[in-house]
Amino acid sequence: MSFQPVKFYQTGTFTVGNRLLPPEERSVQAQTKRFNSINSGHRACQGCGEALGARYAVDAAMEAANGQLICANATGCLEVFSTPYPETSWQVPWIHSLFGNTAAVATGIAAALKVKQLKGERRDIRVVAQGGDGGTTDIGFGCLSGMFERNDDVLYICYDNGGYMNTGIQRSSATPPAARTATTLAVGDEPGNLFGQGKFVPAIAMAHEIPYVATATVADLRDLEAKVRRAMAIRGARYLHILVPCPLGWGTASHETIRIARLAKETGIFPVFEAEHGELKSVLAIRRPLPVEDYLKPQKRYAHLFAPKARLEVIARLQQLADRNIRRYGLLEGN
Amino acid sequence: MDKPFAITLDPGSSLANKTGSWRTFRPVYVDRLPPCNAACPAGENIQGWLYHAESGDYEQAWRALTENNPLPAIMGRVCYHPCQGACNRQFVDSAVGINAVERFLGDEAIRHGWAFEKPGKSSGKRVLVVGAGPSGLSAAYHLARQGHAVEIHEAGPMAGGMMRFGIPKYRLPRDVIDAEVRRIVDLGVTLKLDTKVANIAEAMQAGRFDAAFLAVGAHIGKRAFIPAADATRIVDAVSVLRSMEGEEKPMLGRRVVVYGGGNTAIDVARTAKRLGAEEAIIVYRRTREKAPAHDSEIEEALQEGVMVKWLSTIKQAAEGEITIEKMALDDKGFPQPTGEFENLAADSVVLALGQDVDLGLLEGVPGLEVKDGVVQVGPNMMTGHAGIFAGGDMVPSERTVTVAVGHGKKAARHIDAWLAGASYAPPPKHEVATFDKLNPWYYSEAPLQVRPVLDIIRRQSTFEEVVQGLDENNALFEARRCLSCGNCFECDNCYGVCPDNAVIKLGPGKRFRFNYDYCKGCGICVTECPCGAIRMVPEEN
Amino acid sequence: MLKQIEGSRAVAEAVALCRPEVICAYPISPQTHIVEALGEFVKDGTLAPCEFINVESEFAAMSVAIGSSAAGARTYTATASQGLLFMAEAVYNASGLGLPIVMTVANRAIGAPINIWNDHSDALSQRDSGWLQIFAETNQEALDLHIQAFRLAEELSLPIMVCMDGFILTHAYERVDMPTQAQVDAYLPKYEPRQVLDPAEPVSIGAMVGPEAFMEVRYLAHAKQMEALKLIPGYAAEFREVFGRDSGGLTHTYKADDAETMVVAMGSLLGTIKDVIDEMRAAGHKIGVLGITLFRPFPIAQVREALHGAQRVVVLEKSLAVGLGGILATNVRMALSALPIDVYTVVAGIGGRPITMRSLHALFREAERDDIDPVTFLDLNHDVVDKQLARERSTRRSGPAAEAILRDIGVVAAKVAQEVR
Repeated sequence: MSFQPVKFYQTGTFTVGNRLLPPEERSVQAQTKRFNSINSGHRACQGCGEALGARYAVDAAMEAANGQLICANATGCLEVFSTPYPETSWQVPWIHSLFGNTAAVATGIAAALKVKQLKGERRDIRVVAQGGDGGTTDIGFGCLSGMFERNDDVLYICYDNGGYMNTGIQRSSATPPAARTATTLAVGDEPGNLFGQGKFVPAIAMAHEIPYVATATVADLRDLEAKVRRAMAIRGARYLHILVPCPLGWGTASHETIRIARLAKETGIFPVFEAEHGELKSVLAIRRPLPVEDYLKPQKRYAHLFAPKARLEVIARLQQLADRNIRRYGLLEGN
Repeated sequence: MDKPFAITLDPGSSLANKTGSWRTFRPVYVDRLPPCNAACPAGENIQGWLYHAESGDYEQAWRALTENNPLPAIMGRVCYHPCQGACNRQFVDSAVGINAVERFLGDEAIRHGWAFEKPGKSSGKRVLVVGAGPSGLSAAYHLARQGHAVEIHEAGPMAGGMMRFGIPKYRLPRDVIDAEVRRIVDLGVTLKLDTKVANIAEAMQAGRFDAAFLAVGAHIGKRAFIPAADATRIVDAVSVLRSMEGEEKPMLGRRVVVYGGGNTAIDVARTAKRLGAEEAIIVYRRTREKAPAHDSEIEEALQEGVMVKWLSTIKQAAEGEITIEKMALDDKGFPQPTGEFENLAADSVVLALGQDVDLGLLEGVPGLEVKDGVVQVGPNMMTGHAGIFAGGDMVPSERTVTVAVGHGKKAARHIDAWLAGASYAPPPKHEVATFDKLNPWYYSEAPLQVRPVLDIIRRQSTFEEVVQGLDENNALFEARRCLSCGNCFECDNCYGVCPDNAVIKLGPGKRFRFNYDYCKGCGICVTECPCGAIRMVPEEN
Repeated sequence: MLKQIEGSRAVAEAVALCRPEVICAYPISPQTHIVEALGEFVKDGTLAPCEFINVESEFAAMSVAIGSSAAGARTYTATASQGLLFMAEAVYNASGLGLPIVMTVANRAIGAPINIWNDHSDALSQRDSGWLQIFAETNQEALDLHIQAFRLAEELSLPIMVCMDGFILTHAYERVDMPTQAQVDAYLPKYEPRQVLDPAEPVSIGAMVGPEAFMEVRYLAHAKQMEALKLIPGYAAEFREVFGRDSGGLTHTYKADDAETMVVAMGSLLGTIKDVIDEMRAAGHKIGVLGITLFRPFPIAQVREALHGAQRVVVLEKSLAVGLGGILATNVRMALSALPIDVYTVVAGIGGRPITMRSLHALFREAERDDIDPVTFLDLNHDVVDKQLARERSTRRSGPAAEAILRDIGVVAAKVAQEVR
């Protein structure tokens, strides 16, 4: 008979919590008294992936830093919905300066804290910088690259929702090919965003050979938390790129946010991996492989691929991109 | 700090902004009916007791189980587990081995000597239960727990009814029956053996009983006319199985033919094998697919060397030989004679063509209605005569131990209400938690834990129990394969996935509460609830 | 201690005495020598503990400074010209957030055409950024002003630009009296931030403010700047007590008592002007000077007080408000509103054009006769501009003006201009 010792926990670590797991193996988000670094009352849209991803990530960082954490935040949805005067949702020390300078602001904070610690004036306090994909891959890219290159002691978290959602869903360099945005409308011969443009910043971060680079999605909380924990255990420049579906920008139902993120990972559209010093260290393997259509169909930003007529050649090109990710990162290995 | 005006804000001050006003739909926690529970003839709260087993609290699990069924060690062996047929896990990999876990819990209870809690107060009412089979025992148990004085009058020398006299001990060891019966007796039930109730009205009057529950079982084997020479030994299956319980084992000979396709036919054939028959051949007029016997039992019989002649009828029996006719299915799937014959060597023919109930005790009771050899009862299990209830094999229904146990519980509830001059209204059933209500992503991959099976050689020669139990390790594993369909198992998903921190975690065992001040009604909690325990409902205004 | 050192080095040493905790550096002439020296001090351990960060742009430099200052560290950086413009967004942000960063601006022209030499266009382009702006006349004053700048900025929780003329001061070797560490420590208290990023009190800094409060926030920035006018004289007096010399303040007059003509200027140019005034006074001219040390906030009352007795005011400025005339002059005019005084705008020395005593003598004499244009360009080569204007009138595709002018002037000048950054 097949025998498996009792290390089976019904849902394992797929769910947020699991009453059967030993407490030390439960997620930060499962704790009754979790930090709620970003508090209720924020003005994010219903089902906002970024609000969720930010709480997941910053709470995990708070846990890892024993509450000794400072956050710098780029201009963007996260900043706007969390801190409209006279209310802030943040329960961590937090600063918003500009759209394109968050990595540098974080560098400055880290530098200040280092000196203050040397002087014995402050404890060891860690620094997280966070921004959307526009603030990271586009306007903030220079500062980000500088922070990487100097190996400043900052964990930079990019919440990638594939566009400038705060300004009304315009294209960013993280907008995927074929996706409709307000500046890549679904009109003309090549509707939606063009193929062959954009950039995948995690790979560029790896090229800086910084100590730690990882990707994650809001669909795999444990993986996300483990990566934050891992990142926080390392000193120097670290980069975490989290895919956070945007119901408004992607044209998805508000309740589907996590499901869509899961589909992005399971189809290979978004590779989930971690790298150290420029070398790939592990991947979160695809659990139940799916064709890209399953990911594209629920999203109105890809509606032009299915109606009025199916653009099979475009879907095939997107499938090729997913297949390339699967091959490049070995996303089916370990299954 | 003396903060700069407007630029710098106090931590977490957004609590002043009640985003709940955005909502058009609100999530609500629900308890849906797990399909296993819905399918259980004994009305067990399977998901409910598995929940405790999952955490390793087997006693609590056993107590939750025995809220509905006092015979888990028996049921864990002989129930045909319709729950597993309904289990949503079959759409993930394979159904949860509920029956195996039930048996594990039943055996744990026997091993540890767990006893039922005694009833708190006495109702002063007396109830007569006729028959100590599964239905009678079940009714007695529930009635006793409700505080009634219960007497079981059993015609036979031992309790258990068809469980003892109809099911071979390689499927159901007798010490298991004894243990579970004793526990019911220990609850305060009076069990009178060798006490045949010849006339129910008289018995009730004599014992000053306020109500009665009749559960006498179907002990009379049906006969079929087979032209036979005098020398041919033709016996009925029930008699064979019953005589297995006595000193004198039945003499069936080297070559035994069993006529019929039900579980009893299988039981007899396998028993014959164990008694030393070289050949045990089942003759059945239809196909394996159409046979009422459970396929697992047919499979086990075949493994043990029992042979089956499908699509065959016995035309006549002679000394040492029978003639069978091949049948063929017609367009409608009914077997039709083909005129093709075959002779089989046979020292005896055992008829396993079904059983009848001895309804002699009902004679002269006004209001009773008997139809097709069984007593007619209302939805409350009461016969046409007030105060006399009936269940098990003697009422129209499927004849299984599980159904009988269910009847006992149901009747007990109605008897209890009737005794109080009221009527029992079952609570409305929740919507069934069908597979489409679940989010199966969250469940870990886990293969079914298979119960060990006795070596084939020993199965052919001894009456040792064929199917063994799970050990604690794999019973726990199996329990944890439960998806907890429709019922919160505190996985914290709703608490975690809410982008608005609008779910309040109330602590272990207390589940969760929505904070409607901030819930925007996005519905992620509903989509990501693994077990379908949250529903979206429109806001009223 | 008296030293004969380069202006940049003098400033660097003074900054180091102020015990900055974070310094960010990005190279741009002519401020480079300052951060080079500070980098040396940090690397050799003279200045410790201090983080010296080589950033990837001026935008990053100011951004790092914002983060560092918000985290409670005394923060310094330096820039010039294009660099100041490149960081402009962050410059406004630093003041909006009320972060007391001290930044040296080694004043330099802004291109195009690209030009590395001195004028005040860079600093004055940021006059409305919310930063305090002070202008040094000499290297001694430059180093002294940095010490005062930290005190002022941190007291007000506002950032400050200490402006010193590129090359003319930054690269000039002069004798300076370098204070001791004890003197600086006595004068400059430990930085106590008004707000700080601190897990013990996790405030959010940099909220989004809408129409309901934005006006108030901006008014408060203005009101806070105006407080500097009250604080600076006291700080200057205290400085004199500790260091034994006059430095800083709001404005300074020179031979202004009975002046009929007052010259107004900022920065190192004042030295040249004073020499000319000395000679003209000796020749009996009633002429004096008002030097403006504090440009933002603009000391309107002091300027009005200094100039109200004059018949005319000549504002000599190293900047040009294209399409209007002067920047400093416009500010001075506001200080003199409703007074019957002629104010002449003289744009001089932009892009590093030498301002000679001879030209000033001529200019001031013409001014005394009221014989100059309201907006005058000192030593403008009219032949060259007339020729270019004529070329543009005659030829549609007249080509780039700067290159055409260089061709007209000659090859040697062109070579000088090609030395970039």
